Amino acid sequence: MVQAAVQSANSVDQGGDRPWVGRSIERIEDAALLSGRGRFIDDLGVLPGTLHATILRSPHAHADIVSIDTEAAKRLPGVAAVLTGEDVKAVTTTLVVGVKAPVECWPIAIDRVRYVGEPVAVVVATDRARAEDAAELINVEYRPRGAVVDPLGAIAPGAPVLHDGFPGNLASERAFRYGDSEKAFAEAPHRFSIDIRYPRNSCTPIETYGVVASHDAGEDAYEVLANFQGPFSIHTVIARALKVPGNRLRLRTPPDSGGSFGVKQGVFPYIVLIAAAARVTGKPVKWIEDRLEHLTASVSATNRATTLSAAVAADGKILALDWDQVEDCGAHLRAPEPATLYRMHGNLTGAYDIRHVKIRNRVVVTNKTPTGLNRGFGGPQVYFALERLVQRIAIGLGLDPLDVIKRNLIDAGAFPYRTATGALLDSGNYQGAVARAVEQGRLAELKAKRDEARAQGRLYGIGFTAVVEPSVSNMGYITTVLTAAERRKAGPKNGAQATATVGLDPVGSVTVHVASVPQGQGHRTVLSQVVADVFGLQPRDIRVNTEIDTAKDAWSIASGNYASRFAAAVAGTAKIAAQRVAGRLARIAAGQLNVEAADIVFAKGFVASKHNPENRIAFARVAALSHWSPGSLPDDAGQTIRETVFWTPPELTPPDEDDRINSSLCHGFIFDFCGVEIDRTTLETRIDRYVTMHDCGTILHPGMVNGQIRGGFAQALGAALYEEYAYADDGSFLTGTLADYLLPTTTEVPEPEIIHMETPSPFTPLGAKGVGEGNCMSTPVCLANAVADALGVADITLPLVPARLAELVRGAEPPPPAGGATAAPVREGDRRLRGEGEASVKGAPEQVWAMLLDPATLQSVIPGCQSVDKITDTHFRADVTLGIGPVSGRYRADVELFDLDPPRAVTLRGGATGALGFGNAEGRITLAPDGSGGTKLTYSYDAAIGGKVASIGGRLLDGATRVIIGQFFTALARKAGGGGAEGGGFSLFAVLAKIASLFGGRR
Amino acid sequence: MKPPAFDYLRAESVSDVLEGLAQQGGDARVLAGGQSLMAMLNMRLAKPKLLIDIMRLKELRKIERQKDAVVIGAGVRQADLLAWPDLAEALPLVALALPWVGHVQTRSRGTICGSLAHADPSAEMPLTLVALGGEVLLRSAKRRRRVAAKDFFAGMMLTARSDDELIEGISLPVTRGSRFAFREVARRHGDFAIVACAAMKIPTGVRLAVGGVADVPTARDWPRLEGTALDDALNAFAYELGARDDVHATARYRRDLVRMIGRDLIGEVLQ
Amino acid sequence: MSRLKADQRHAVRFSLNGKPVEGEAEPRMLLSDFLRHQLGATGTHVGCEHGVCGACTIVVDGMLTRSCLTLAAQVDGCELKTVEGLAPSADRLGVLQQAFRRNHALQCGFCTAGILMSLDHYLAKNSAPTEAEIRDLLSGHICRCTGYTPIIQAALEAAAQLASSKKETSDA
Repeated sequence: MVQAAVQSANSVDQGGDRPWVGRSIERIEDAALLSGRGRFIDDLGVLPGTLHATILRSPHAHADIVSIDTEAAKRLPGVAAVLTGEDVKAVTTTLVVGVKAPVECWPIAIDRVRYVGEPVAVVVATDRARAEDAAELINVEYRPRGAVVDPLGAIAPGAPVLHDGFPGNLASERAFRYGDSEKAFAEAPHRFSIDIRYPRNSCTPIETYGVVASHDAGEDAYEVLANFQGPFSIHTVIARALKVPGNRLRLRTPPDSGGSFGVKQGVFPYIVLIAAAARVTGKPVKWIEDRLEHLTASVSATNRATTLSAAVAADGKILALDWDQVEDCGAHLRAPEPATLYRMHGNLTGAYDIRHVKIRNRVVVTNKTPTGLNRGFGGPQVYFALERLVQRIAIGLGLDPLDVIKRNLIDAGAFPYRTATGALLDSGNYQGAVARAVEQGRLAELKAKRDEARAQGRLYGIGFTAVVEPSVSNMGYITTVLTAAERRKAGPKNGAQATATVGLDPVGSVTVHVASVPQGQGHRTVLSQVVADVFGLQPRDIRVNTEIDTAKDAWSIASGNYASRFAAAVAGTAKIAAQRVAGRLARIAAGQLNVEAADIVFAKGFVASKHNPENRIAFARVAALSHWSPGSLPDDAGQTIRETVFWTPPELTPPDEDDRINSSLCHGFIFDFCGVEIDRTTLETRIDRYVTMHDCGTILHPGMVNGQIRGGFAQALGAALYEEYAYADDGSFLTGTLADYLLPTTTEVPEPEIIHMETPSPFTPLGAKGVGEGNCMSTPVCLANAVADALGVADITLPLVPARLAELVRGAEPPPPAGGATAAPVREGDRRLRGEGEASVKGAPEQVWAMLLDPATLQSVIPGCQSVDKITDTHFRADVTLGIGPVSGRYRADVELFDLDPPRAVTLRGGATGALGFGNAEGRITLAPDGSGGTKLTYSYDAAIGGKVASIGGRLLDGATRVIIGQFFTALARKAGGGGAEGGGFSLFAVLAKIASLFGGRR
Repeated sequence: MKPPAFDYLRAESVSDVLEGLAQQGGDARVLAGGQSLMAMLNMRLAKPKLLIDIMRLKELRKIERQKDAVVIGAGVRQADLLAWPDLAEALPLVALALPWVGHVQTRSRGTICGSLAHADPSAEMPLTLVALGGEVLLRSAKRRRRVAAKDFFAGMMLTARSDDELIEGISLPVTRGSRFAFREVARRHGDFAIVACAAMKIPTGVRLAVGGVADVPTARDWPRLEGTALDDALNAFAYELGARDDVHATARYRRDLVRMIGRDLIGEVLQ
Repeated sequence: MSRLKADQRHAVRFSLNGKPVEGEAEPRMLLSDFLRHQLGATGTHVGCEHGVCGACTIVVDGMLTRSCLTLAAQVDGCELKTVEGLAPSADRLGVLQQAFRRNHALQCGFCTAGILMSLDHYLAKNSAPTEAEIRDLLSGHICRCTGYTPIIQAALEAAAQLASSKKETSDA
């Protein structure tokens, strides 16, 4: 199946006389990558004496840091330094925040942690393992605060406040009005509305973050190598945080980067942190993020709560939209946020002709990892709401969803089309694309299949999506978050400077340099095609360098690999640079060949006369002349050694007085439909067929375009079906390993049927538009629409976890048998463990009570107890090493007794913290005579664990903890029954320390 | 994410292992295929002072066919057992379940006994051992003992193995003339089971063993049940297992699967 | 019996892609780190260090092995094969590698080494795999760039090519 589909689009195209652009040539990147000769950041050597950093991170979602004791860590051999927030603060300043508010944003916690995984200390040592050894010796005392993880919960009255400068956790609120939506809603015959919760997820590259930093104290200058991806506007943020001018922050990128998908923009706070460590230690410092750090604390796409309403005519025509978006940026508003929310501002009407739009945008902070760039960037959140609503409209009006899409598409004759919110859609033929997809994608056949499946009682559904995919961001769109008056004060921001340099060396060979920072997108190959065409050479003759060094290379704030800007902006700029050089070479050659410059053509390695191809000169000869004999060049030719071009499209203007913003330069079109079947037993969603139609303008390399589509599709499939950065209500992070954050594999990802149409962009040098992000926008909602169709349900939440679908479609569960086991009541997000039990103990309650309160036997009865401090008669502290199976850790336990009612009852409350996390628990023990001289001991407990164990071992440890509690009380009773003579006996404290060590009492 | 420091002992005989365990007790860990233990070390969840590598011990790498049982040594890798020519005939349930264990790349190193020692209630091998009523062969410097599967698993990641004991192997009964069925539901192929079910025909009726729901894999025997009697039995069993919610599934979803898959599998083996 | 002390470095020797290599490692050093940072064989990548992503997969004594779940000390005396050993020569790619390039079966190339090792190992023993078998094999790897299908196509093409060249060899 795969075979035919892949082959047609991927077969390599190496021969012939046609231009290289548009052909699927083999990638020049591949030989090295396939042979283990890639040069990723951790593959590159470092200076002798380079130190290695590890980061101690918060186990709490929200807590004050009472104290940090780093002495033991600093004493460990091999440790060069331990930096806390205070130490970092001493050599840096806060990162700038994207909205006007009196808040700070540090790369490490200062006095307070606000999300699980927030850096608390940086340990620098001779190697990573030793640094980790030392990190375990750091003793941080926290005072937990209430946490909030839900965006609507965060702005509810009484919610815990993260930053005083963001009252009520609201970082920004803006209202926009385009056209007259009030009138449209008042007059429309129908109103449809949908509430959406878009989840948190991430495109999670397989290579994690990496930073190597050094500091020259003499010049107060930093050198940093990082697998940062741009945008290089962030360079200004880093330099400012390090308190140096931009020319004293030399930022370089390695030749290869192991995927990014936006995510590696988020490495920048760590650049500040590691650079600070380099400054403090006076040595180069290297940090390679590990996978647990990456999942817990790197960066995430935003989650968003949206209410979207539409005023709709009887025929399905949407007359107006009313957006209410609450964007959750996590614990800090890190640059460039709240860009996720505003990236789509010009495109909030999608592919549709809707003239009246009302918007309320709120940006909130919650106790979760700060957000940042992620493939799709704002698109998935917007289209999930919009395209779900379109399906709801169709169902509500009894129309075919595809008819409602068609009814609203922008007319093919309307381009360039200005949307109500300001985007200038460059080109397209949406009706033509839909028609082609319906035909080539065999929609009729799919519908027949659905009918047949349904007739057999199977759950089969079809979903549709139409999406406009923006690319090449306007660097000014983020200023839409400011009011027009604020923008006037701040000065205009707009445009997107792309850069490219073409150089000729003394033997006439061609080098291209760009600041596009690829992470696998084959930029070097495509640029070799583009430039080879201009010079009449072969791609292999062109050497392309895509590393960036801010001290030496041409770059701008727009540089980098994001917003799908390469094909549309960077490749075109390289073409312009090559053409400028070619123009001069033509003048030189014209002189030598005695023809007019207009008669010159570059072909097959020669510069020749068009009219007389025999009259020619080798390209290399002309190309080298500027080096060897500048004096022989025609006066008007200029040098041909090196040409750097900066290109910015005039269409990218700043937001206007009415807040209209052309947020992106290009707009591709995607129309997807799919058939899914849902297993009646497991409720697993199987994709039967997925058709994706793309119009991304001129295609530069078909194999790579399809590669982008397939890759985006697979990530979107993950977001739709598997992936969620899940948090408990208390802010515990629950998906800290790749066994919990589930990425799709070969057995989950089918081959999408890809269909193309090419409507060139009139705004870009090559007619190309971006293509990399579209499926991340279209596919999640297309699958959701298909599942909704299959199950006949209205409310669909991603990811489409089978157990969640069960809640939607299955009726009441068969009750438990009378007198049998019952199901524990559960509440989603509540991870507390509760239980109760009882045991029979020999001896009267008075005896048992005395044993319970006897601290003398404590040390011997608590397994792994290292030491006990009795603070008061009812307050103890202990050092305990505890193991559950192979999992062991050392904890500091703190236990108090309350509500003593001797010899009948006592409440125990305690907490414990250690490298594996923290716990808290509360338990009540009651003692009653059993009527035959013994005691009936009953207990109940309520406990929770958090931190590392919750993130990476929650599934196992919750269960193990319950078992141990049960066993402990049973064993307790047994020991009491046997009397205290054999060193047994038990004490209340033993119970408590055990529970507390595992989880412990609510504070 | 680097392991804590530990000593490493490459055992050259079983007595090396037993001596090491006797000396170091709970601070020693046996390293076999390493597919669970090494991940826990990298995450610093486990902090042994000594790792005892048993994989060079030829005597532990045997698959031994006895009269009514197959004995699988501690060093037998999952891939070794899958490639054992007698597998489908002698241990058909294992043949059904083993391909569900992890992936090709982890089965090639991971051992059968290592999976049992780790005692993940969602893992396939503990379920199979319980379903078949096998035994775990434990050995310390002082003694040898056999522990029945149902007594071996004490809870999530907890077993009846004492700190000084090596799991020398397991013994799985060869059940002739029986019929087996196995099915697993996981989020993705190769993930730990949300629910895994094994059914087998036994002389008195049918046995259903379930993993991934209770803290230990749990088997239940019934006489030949049909219709609502079977539904009721499965429903009662589903509740008794005490399912919990986690990020991958709800308790109710797990119970649903026990009821539905249990019924399907019992139907298959009794038909 | 030799007990290697935690705080000391010990000699580790093995054969890497047919050549003897030697280095020193503490008992806790992972094989992935030893290969990369002691021996400079950086083609094997590290993606998760808990055995899920598959990037670090190599072959040890004929067994597919997650090098992040293996200690350097464990492979003393063993035969290892890594991505650096796949190409017939420095300037040529092998059949499988060529199929990857032809099919655009890689983008960033970070996960690729592990996938190549699984396929190289598998195709040596299975000359006519089905798509389902390749999918099952590769479900132990995560690739975030390609969406997998070009990898599967490359594997099937390479298998066919290897089988036909083997047939030619045996015919001759």
